Amino acid sequence: MMDMGDLGIAVGLGLITLLTRCFFFILDRELPFPSWAQRGLQYAPIAALAAVVVPEIVVSHGALVQTWQDARLFGAAAGAGFYVWRRGQGQAVLGTLLVGMAVYLPLHIGLGW
Amino acid sequence: MIDTLKVAPGIWAWGLMTGVAMVQAGLGPGMSTLMTLLVYGGSAQLAAIPLLGVGAPAWVILATAFCVNLRFAVFSLHLRQYLMAWPRLQRLSVGYFIADLNYVQFVERYPDPATDREGQRSEMAYLCGNCFLNWIGWQIASLAGIVLAAQVPLQWGLGFAGVLALVGILCSLCQTRLRAISLVVSGTAAVVAFALPLRLNILVAIASAVVVCLLIERTPLARKQVAP
Repeated sequence: MMDMGDLGIAVGLGLITLLTRCFFFILDRELPFPSWAQRGLQYAPIAALAAVVVPEIVVSHGALVQTWQDARLFGAAAGAGFYVWRRGQGQAVLGTLLVGMAVYLPLHIGLGW
Repeated sequence: MIDTLKVAPGIWAWGLMTGVAMVQAGLGPGMSTLMTLLVYGGSAQLAAIPLLGVGAPAWVILATAFCVNLRFAVFSLHLRQYLMAWPRLQRLSVGYFIADLNYVQFVERYPDPATDREGQRSEMAYLCGNCFLNWIGWQIASLAGIVLAAQVPLQWGLGFAGVLALVGILCSLCQTRLRAISLVVSGTAAVVAFALPLRLNILVAIASAVVVCLLIERTPLARKQVAP
């Protein structure tokens, strides 16, 4: 089930956790860091997540979904809608997950979307 | 400690769903357990799942996780002024455990870095305690998720919970207009470039979104920018 490649990826991902979380306090001296790169840091995380998440919601069989009858669309929309509604209050992310699943599961299991 | 407990249910639920999502995506209990214990980063783990599933090359997976985790680098720039009083080994061993909520709660509790030794000790004690409780809660929940996932049929599609958790994080990151633009550009590019081999569409999408944002950040489009 698990091979050396997977092991290497897990170890590599662990090292990335360490590297990114400590990035600016690994060295004793200040890192010379151009300001455009520092500003770029503001946009990269959301771009990376969007690049992974959006295709997971709207792509099926390698192409943009051609039908509205896809439970993922409604689940994600409901989750995001809930977040906007509850923004700034505790557990909004958890609520996004629960509301999204509450919409997704009946459509997916019940109607087979 | 009370602070950590206030947000604990969210961490537990998220850990549980990450565990379930990993197994349901076909990672296998061994790999899932290893990922949880070594990686200890929900969003990077969740982002890696679909890539592992389609057999994307290791460097694409690692580069994607690096970009997802770049928000931690922003935190570390801020935390530097608190942590430089400690030796490097100690900085790194604490740093590894500082997840999103630990950072947020820490800088709320200590808005200004202490200048005396006693204050620094108290900061470090808070940080260690907060991180430890968060870590142990996440690990237990995540392992429980890995065990439970084996009992649930794949057809239910519980793995979608992982995607939804990322949707929630996306919403929480989307605090400035430029970040919203980054989201839209990247999401669109990732779908348009979906046919690229090796899941390179993800790196193309990240690069185009960051470049677009850097280009337009001085234009009127970027008004109403708020610091994170």
